[in-house]
Amino acid sequence: MTNTANGKLTLGPLLFHWAPETRRDFYARIADEAEVDSVYFGEVVCSKREPFSENDNEAIIRRLEAGGKQVVRSTLALMTLDREVAAARALAESGVLVEANDVACLQEVSGRPHVIGPYINVFNEGSQDVLIRGGAVRIVLPVEATAATVRVLASRSAVETELLVFGRQPLSVAMRCYHARSHELTKDSCQFVCGQDPDGLAADTIDGTSLLTINGTQTLSNGYLVLLRELASLRGMGVTHFRLSPQHVDMVAVARTYRAVLDHAITPEEASGDLAALTAETPWQNGFLHGREGLAWVESELQPA
Amino acid sequence: MSLELVCPAGTPAALRAAVDAGADTVYCGFRDCTNARNYPGLNFDPDEMAEGVAYAHRFGRKVLAAVNTFPRAGDAKPWHDAIDNAARAGVDAVILADIGVLDYAATRHPDLRRHLSVQASASNELSIAFYRDRFDIRRVVLPRVLSIEQVAALVRRIGIETEVFAFGSVGPMSEGRCFLSSYITGLSPTSEGACAPASHVSYKEDGPETLSRLGDVTLNRFSHGEAAAYPTPCKGRYVTHGRTSYLFEEPVALNAIDILADLQAAGVTALKIEGRQRSRAYVTEVVGSFRKAIDALDRGQAAAVENTLASVAEGQRQTHGAYTKGWR
Repeated sequence: MTNTANGKLTLGPLLFHWAPETRRDFYARIADEAEVDSVYFGEVVCSKREPFSENDNEAIIRRLEAGGKQVVRSTLALMTLDREVAAARALAESGVLVEANDVACLQEVSGRPHVIGPYINVFNEGSQDVLIRGGAVRIVLPVEATAATVRVLASRSAVETELLVFGRQPLSVAMRCYHARSHELTKDSCQFVCGQDPDGLAADTIDGTSLLTINGTQTLSNGYLVLLRELASLRGMGVTHFRLSPQHVDMVAVARTYRAVLDHAITPEEASGDLAALTAETPWQNGFLHGREGLAWVESELQPA
Repeated sequence: MSLELVCPAGTPAALRAAVDAGADTVYCGFRDCTNARNYPGLNFDPDEMAEGVAYAHRFGRKVLAAVNTFPRAGDAKPWHDAIDNAARAGVDAVILADIGVLDYAATRHPDLRRHLSVQASASNELSIAFYRDRFDIRRVVLPRVLSIEQVAALVRRIGIETEVFAFGSVGPMSEGRCFLSSYITGLSPTSEGACAPASHVSYKEDGPETLSRLGDVTLNRFSHGEAAAYPTPCKGRYVTHGRTSYLFEEPVALNAIDILADLQAAGVTALKIEGRQRSRAYVTEVVGSFRKAIDALDRGQAAAVENTLASVAEGQRQTHGAYTKGWR
């Protein structure tokens, strides 16, 4: 489907609490139409959400695989409950390819092929080496990684390197549910209010500036990370996989746009025009990669090494 | 076993004050990006670290060196030097977070005792077991997101010592994995060791009010005369649904001084006082209070200790944080 030499596209795990039918329809369309090579699938943010759609999971995975996608099973980013740890253990033992987002998983998957997710800190060669020795076959770098970090780690890596290139930037995870707090509820009494906001809840500054997006226990950027102009440089540094994080926009069209840039079928400038039509009012950000504040938008090429 | 009282020292003077006030153990860091309180005017050079260790050892107390940030790619030397210098200074243990730094310390200094920093965010049995089995860590500093019941369950299962926060700020985010401050300032707490660095903090008059800002972002507003809290992203006020609130955490201080018996019953080894960035007077007052409380607990007089720490508590309001139900 894709030219591997140009880099592979992946779809990150759905971070939001979408209604079961919305989620089914979304993945059906991804399976049938999206030009992505891998799909990460599983609840990352809150285990309380899982019962709503767990009966759909098997059918969704079958359909994604029938559509030619590699399915990687993502774990929670923060586990504290016994049932959460037990679920991660069972997933690892089932032999599927797992994206470990909490170090807990490494205790179970070490020695077997697995993916290191962006919620495990890999900022340097030392941690990269330990994780590769433990069986990591792909490492998704943290969202905070600068180009200097990506360049060092991707160019020396003996395994695949992945980077988020589209979608709200995950900035923190917590035990506490801020979505519930915003409704004057607690995590235990949350009434699943996060389900009311399919693209997250805006948290603005007190002087009215858009800043953050709340998604249950997770805090995301208000803007979408957009790395289009940087794709060719990143590919040149050795990044092999480029992640699109599902947002409440036409993700099939987003994937088509990124695929076309990776394949040099359109220029980043042309792609920006197409993407702007899809992302509407949501601002774009790319500061972390450029060594700036993560909320910044930098209109320039990456500095050469 | 008496609870071990682990106290902060941002300066050599604070280290001596902590020892004099009854700390069993003092933790400190080197004067660079290798520790998570890399603020101007704080921390130790290698000679000061060695002198601090000598002072503490003279009184039978211990010193821990925090090397608990994450090295930048291509630049591991400051972190490796910090481990080597800590070993040379004779510290009793190093407090580490990064997997690569843990690997370096375990390989190069196998006899140097290793503790897992809260910055590693090990919140469950399996994570702790991973670090224990790979890097032979002897103690884990537990994140401030666990209830007492969860702490007790972990203590029973992990087979190594636990240290928990007893006083200081409440960290609502999973620590070591929070990018809010770098999102706003461009400086990374994970690799540069400073959340909400002072260089990016400003206060601006706005009519009858003062705005506190981090970078270009307004995080809070105070009327004149009201104490203006330091603008840390997770302690700011935000607007959701048109309503302004402390969305992440109220301006409160964690204070577990009146639940020490519960923490001891949970099997906790050590109590951590937070605040390497705080003054020597703070260290003396907080350490002295906890010393009295632990001594009273050891004599079976837990109820006899009065909580007098409100004046030094951040925001001057106190909470048990995640230890008790209802916090999350």
